[in-house]
Amino acid sequence: MAAIIELTGISKAFPGVRALDHVDFGVEPGETHALMGENGAGKSTLIKVMTGALQADGGTIRLAGKEIRPESPGAARAAGIGAVYQEVNLIPTMSVTKNLTLGRLPRKFGLIDWGAARAIARAKLARLGVDIDVERPVGSYSVAIQQLIAIARALEDDARVLVLDEPTASLDANETERLFEIVRDLKARGLGIVFISHFIDQVYRIADRITVLRNGRRVGVGTTEEIPSLKLVSLMIGRDLEHIEHQRPLMDTVASSKPILTAKGVGRRRLLEPFDLELHPGEVVGLAGLLGSGRTETAKLVFGAIRHDSGEIRIDGHHIASPTPKHSLNAGVTFCPEDRKSEGIVAELSVRENIILALQSRRGWLRLLPRREQDRLTSEMIAALNIATPDADKPVGQLSGGNQQKVLLARSLVSNPRLLILDEPTRGIDVGAHAEIVTLIRELAAKGLALLVASSELDELLAVSHRIAVLRDRRMVGEISGAEATREHIIQTIAAS
Amino acid sequence: MNTQTPSPKPEQPATRLPSSGGAPAGRWLALIRHRLVWPLMALALVLIVDALISPGFFNVRIVQGRLFGNVIDIFYRAMPTAMVALGMAVVIGTKGIDLSVGSIIAICGAIIAWRMHQGDSHFVILLMALAAGLACGLWNGFLVSVLEIQPIIATLILMVSGRGIGLMVNLLYGGTNPSFTSPLLQGLSVGSLGLIPTRLIVGAVIFFLLWLLVRRTAFGLFLESVGGNAKSARLAGVNARFVLLSAYLISGFLAATAGVILTADTHTSDPVSVASNIELDAILAVVIGGGSLAGGRIFLDGTIIGVLVIQALTTSILTSGLPPEYNLVVKAVVVLIVLLLQSSNMRAAVVSVLVRRKA
Repeated sequence: MAAIIELTGISKAFPGVRALDHVDFGVEPGETHALMGENGAGKSTLIKVMTGALQADGGTIRLAGKEIRPESPGAARAAGIGAVYQEVNLIPTMSVTKNLTLGRLPRKFGLIDWGAARAIARAKLARLGVDIDVERPVGSYSVAIQQLIAIARALEDDARVLVLDEPTASLDANETERLFEIVRDLKARGLGIVFISHFIDQVYRIADRITVLRNGRRVGVGTTEEIPSLKLVSLMIGRDLEHIEHQRPLMDTVASSKPILTAKGVGRRRLLEPFDLELHPGEVVGLAGLLGSGRTETAKLVFGAIRHDSGEIRIDGHHIASPTPKHSLNAGVTFCPEDRKSEGIVAELSVRENIILALQSRRGWLRLLPRREQDRLTSEMIAALNIATPDADKPVGQLSGGNQQKVLLARSLVSNPRLLILDEPTRGIDVGAHAEIVTLIRELAAKGLALLVASSELDELLAVSHRIAVLRDRRMVGEISGAEATREHIIQTIAAS
Repeated sequence: MNTQTPSPKPEQPATRLPSSGGAPAGRWLALIRHRLVWPLMALALVLIVDALISPGFFNVRIVQGRLFGNVIDIFYRAMPTAMVALGMAVVIGTKGIDLSVGSIIAICGAIIAWRMHQGDSHFVILLMALAAGLACGLWNGFLVSVLEIQPIIATLILMVSGRGIGLMVNLLYGGTNPSFTSPLLQGLSVGSLGLIPTRLIVGAVIFFLLWLLVRRTAFGLFLESVGGNAKSARLAGVNARFVLLSAYLISGFLAATAGVILTADTHTSDPVSVASNIELDAILAVVIGGGSLAGGRIFLDGTIIGVLVIQALTTSILTSGLPPEYNLVVKAVVVLIVLLLQSSNMRAAVVSVLVRRKA
């Protein structure tokens, strides 16, 4: 059957990152097509290209056989491509009518015809089988109804494609079922539906076909029968690192020494089930799991960026009563967060100032690190980590993603940590920097540091970790080490439900 | 174990403007990109216009054993605003703002007049005024750092109530005659040490101490990291709450010093009109000096130049013989021009024109 929308060879690059690399994607009429991938795989970019929010660097988009170049979301919607994003794009304080007709208000004698506007709003909702008071503000309805209003807004009368980006993220089971009924109904009317979700079971309930993206490339496409869940998970996270030798870290020298970190029953209600974790000097423990499984939360609980409400954390046997980033730093624990921009770098400050920040806060405000010492540490780190910057006084915000990540690593390393927690240390950075960071992790472990590495890339974890703790649905479901630590075994542990 | 060091990566070519003119052009470009160039140029511009319209503008003479002249006068009158603006630069560096500085000055003035009336020691009164400023700063800092109220709203509370508090303090002694004389306070404000007016010395000492705190301890780095990205700073172990609180304490304290100078100068407590709109001049000075309301950077030197630009402008309008009715509008127009010159878009346009001409 001819595709209703066909994207061919779509490429898109951002400074420092190749977000999409010749991706093909097509949806047939009356089909629900799931678009899958971990964070940073390129799902959002692809959707944005399709809906005109971004313009591709290369490739073509055909809608019902005709090539289109949507310049804006409005243009895409007019052409028949509607989209509903994860965060509902409605104005909560305005009425349903206004939200549904904004920008296209019917006029009579130059004045707004509110009667006609209400009629349009009711008709749009009726197509989805929704009957609500259109005069009430959107914010007074539940998230589920708001979701439906957003869909009604996205669907023009002649819509042919509907994109749903994580539509079920904040819905309960009943609400999700109702949404799925509407999706099936739209499908029956011949619309092509693009469905994005990180709930794997929902994908198999609603989707006909699946396309899997990883690091900006399409790594798999097929019907739900052709791609069972085990294969899907493996496609999503099983990255082959050809450039890194698959040398497994040696296990013997480790476990005998006294642990640096002992976490017993550490957890936080509604965030993460209590878990136990031990880390020894020279040991790398990986945290594996899908998006939303609790990798980041585990890392943050251990560092004290999030307070735990059960269990206890011991560093070197000393009980840390109230873990905060400051206490952890003083105990020799450092953390490189996943979200570089919002939690990592201070963009306006220079490379030097960013690198010494943690060390300086450990020393306190009165004992300023002498400038000579600052310069020495900075140039040492720039050389050791191969940070590409013209000089140490360049604002960090102007460096590429990979170099910003290295600056964060440098910030941790200059404060002389004994336990280093890395959350997605290679997210969004180019292949060369990726290999350098993997090598660095191994070198640091060899020097006796303990490392806790959370990553969505399984092969990266396998390449660096002595042990891998597996998380599923905010619970640590297993710890795998030695000969058992294979890709297949970990994927089975993640996919088992 | 693999001990191979990361292979060297080719240096990325930094994006530079085509400086085809060779070394002199490169130096010229570097010069006009220096952050202090625009504020200094604005100051120079105002002074050159002054020199053209009123000959003898730069004359400095000695009258009754102290320096007199327009230039001295600009510094002299700029001092209270300069003190307030330095505190404002610190607060703006943390992505905050302090609208209450004028009200803090009013409260300090009222407290000085009240305690004078009660016959306290003048030195104790000075300490009380400064303590009142710190207390006001503590209040602002508490609202911003502990209750996490947006700075503009948090400081608006004291801005609105402060002048009223001053009036109520006046009522404590009937409020009939708030004027006073004090050799100590007036010495600090309108006196002179040798040839130099005392308040210039007080201002210089404050600037130097603040510069020490911001640039010779790590406090400045913490302030700027909290202003640039509070979340990152916290994860790097910076006590963001304490840093924010301190910024408002500093602003409150410096407003109090300005309050002492202004109150001693007028010999009276006038909570309604003392230092009106001083917060706006202070914010403007910080911005002219290169600071951004988005936070993350503190420029003490630029801020002082900004204050001087504003005061030079005011003084020159007065000496030019222009009717005083024009004062505010002319000031606004000149400030607009200065800010246009500072905008990076405008700057890029200017640089590209220069480069094209060189090529």
